[in-house]
Amino acid sequence: MPREPVAPKLYGLLAEFEDPQALTDAAKRTYAEGYRKTDAYSPFPIEHVWEALGVEDRPVSFFVLCGGIVGLIAGFGLCYWVSTIAYPLNVGGRPMNSWPSFIPVTFEVTILIASFAAVISMIALNGLPMPYHPVFNVPAFARASQDKFFLAIEATDPKFDRMTTREFLRSLGAKEINEIDA
Amino acid sequence: MDSTHVQRSAYKPPPPVIEPGHTFESVTSKISSVVLTKYQPFSWVVTTGIAFLFLNLLLVSVGYLFVKGVGIWGNNVPVGWAFDIINFVWWIGIGHAGTLISAILLLLKQDWRTSINRFAEAMTLFAVACALMFPLIHTGRPWLAAYWLFPYPNGMDIWPQFRSPLIWDVFAVSTYGTVSALFWYTGLIPDLATFRDRAKNKVTRYIYGGLALGWRGSARHWQRYENAYLLLAGMSTPLVLSVHTVVSFDFSVGIIPGWHTTIFPPYFVAGAIYAGFAMVLTLAIPLRRMFGFEDFITMRHLENMAKVTLVTGLIVTYGYATEVFFGYYSANQYEQYMIQNRMFGPYAWSYWALIFCNGIVPQTLWIKSLRTNTVWLFIMSLIVSVGMWLERFVIIVTSLHRDFLPSSWGMYYPTFWDFSTFFGTIGLFVTLMFLFVRVLPMISIFEVRMLLPKASIKGHDTLLPQVHVDDAEGA
Repeated sequence: MPREPVAPKLYGLLAEFEDPQALTDAAKRTYAEGYRKTDAYSPFPIEHVWEALGVEDRPVSFFVLCGGIVGLIAGFGLCYWVSTIAYPLNVGGRPMNSWPSFIPVTFEVTILIASFAAVISMIALNGLPMPYHPVFNVPAFARASQDKFFLAIEATDPKFDRMTTREFLRSLGAKEINEIDA
Repeated sequence: MDSTHVQRSAYKPPPPVIEPGHTFESVTSKISSVVLTKYQPFSWVVTTGIAFLFLNLLLVSVGYLFVKGVGIWGNNVPVGWAFDIINFVWWIGIGHAGTLISAILLLLKQDWRTSINRFAEAMTLFAVACALMFPLIHTGRPWLAAYWLFPYPNGMDIWPQFRSPLIWDVFAVSTYGTVSALFWYTGLIPDLATFRDRAKNKVTRYIYGGLALGWRGSARHWQRYENAYLLLAGMSTPLVLSVHTVVSFDFSVGIIPGWHTTIFPPYFVAGAIYAGFAMVLTLAIPLRRMFGFEDFITMRHLENMAKVTLVTGLIVTYGYATEVFFGYYSANQYEQYMIQNRMFGPYAWSYWALIFCNGIVPQTLWIKSLRTNTVWLFIMSLIVSVGMWLERFVIIVTSLHRDFLPSSWGMYYPTFWDFSTFFGTIGLFVTLMFLFVRVLPMISIFEVRMLLPKASIKGHDTLLPQVHVDDAEGA
């Protein structure tokens, strides 16, 4: 017996805007209205939008600093350990710990680990790779990576109500409002 | 009309970095249409075909090298370093423009970098790949390269010498290659998502979708992305300057006359930028024509690149003058003889050809009509590439072939296999470059969108340079 079709759960509402200006204004008003479980989707970075939604965080910088420190210690440690402990070799009477010669390798390893920290922490904090996300269920969302601007209010927001939130988004001048199936 | 009006009118704002009339949609479809199509321009097929033939020449040359050993090359005592290191330094130098354009020009807020950074970064990766061929194959036994180059616990219980510039070079170049690849991939993620959403074919959509990691352009994503990208640019800037500095240490730490000079690091870095911008011009001029990208890679881009080439060319020429001065002022007969031998010895032709290519030809770029002539720019960029190759030839061969003891002097003659390996790497480079433009966006789509007037937000600083409209107009 075929199962009864179940209405999918609602993830949230997705409002479509024409340009970055409209999205920025909408984001400001959404935040002022008290919505916090929100997100904006745009085909390029718009600083004012993430400022307006209050989603800014800077842990990437912290991870880069940590990566840099780890690289610094690892790079110098490698040179020091190899040259003084593992394979001490007298070259022209120079001291075993001839630290100025170790600076280039230390520098390169610092940059290497810090760069990996930047990219990996950015990807991991963004929760990527994530092949599936409810917003992809909206066909119009394909334009979010091209030329359209979207604002989502999620159903888990305490202020969320299917009808009033929809009305609110309409009042922001959204061109189209789609329901996102979870 | 008052005097301020006259002064203001005298200022002509630079032309826009992309031609007016584009929208988010037109930019997206124009750039992605090069990839998401079954059509290839005939000129693309011909160029890739020729390059592929040279790539096969490389495979034959390297295969023969592994069978016979380095004896097939012309280098021998006293010129123990020849084409392998000349080509290595030449390719690494070319690779510098990519990171310079993407990182340094980003930090300097040069918005014209946007249309050229992506393929310049790709060019960097492929040039570094070509460069890395040479340290791997120059021993004739690449399977031993790991043991000689990298610090790892091996059965012989010996380790690399960290007081030697050669091991610094291994770290500098491999870090540079890795960080360039990271930077390039990070820049590609949003554009891969665009391709995922535009691709009609299911397999294509899966491939780009997988590479895009599920990027959805959320505000949270973007702000971390911008944070990471800016930090990467900040770290790549000292990195790119360090790489050729370390490469120059390979020479300047040695005591050979002509190598042992303090001018080498800045002179090498300037030469790298010079060679790199010339190579970007060599690639940009045919590619913009082939795919109709004149709207994005405008005359302003070409002119700016020509100006960078001119400036760095002058620095390089200053380096040549300094070398002559050092030779004279050292009061050291070996240094003096080295300069004399370079200018009038058996390899004098290479020295004067170098001065012609790097010292004289770029001076034509002072003239605006030549600077904006694509045919001349293309020819000039090829001459610069030849000049930079000759520079390394002069530094390496003329310094080594006659050093301190006349009894150990000798001549160096390259063989067919030296040339075939070198031209083979050019084939590899061009093949990779032309395959790249057909499978990935050669211009950063999301960054070009940001240059459009519609992308600016009212009441804030826009991303475009503020053009001061002549408000005295009609007064």
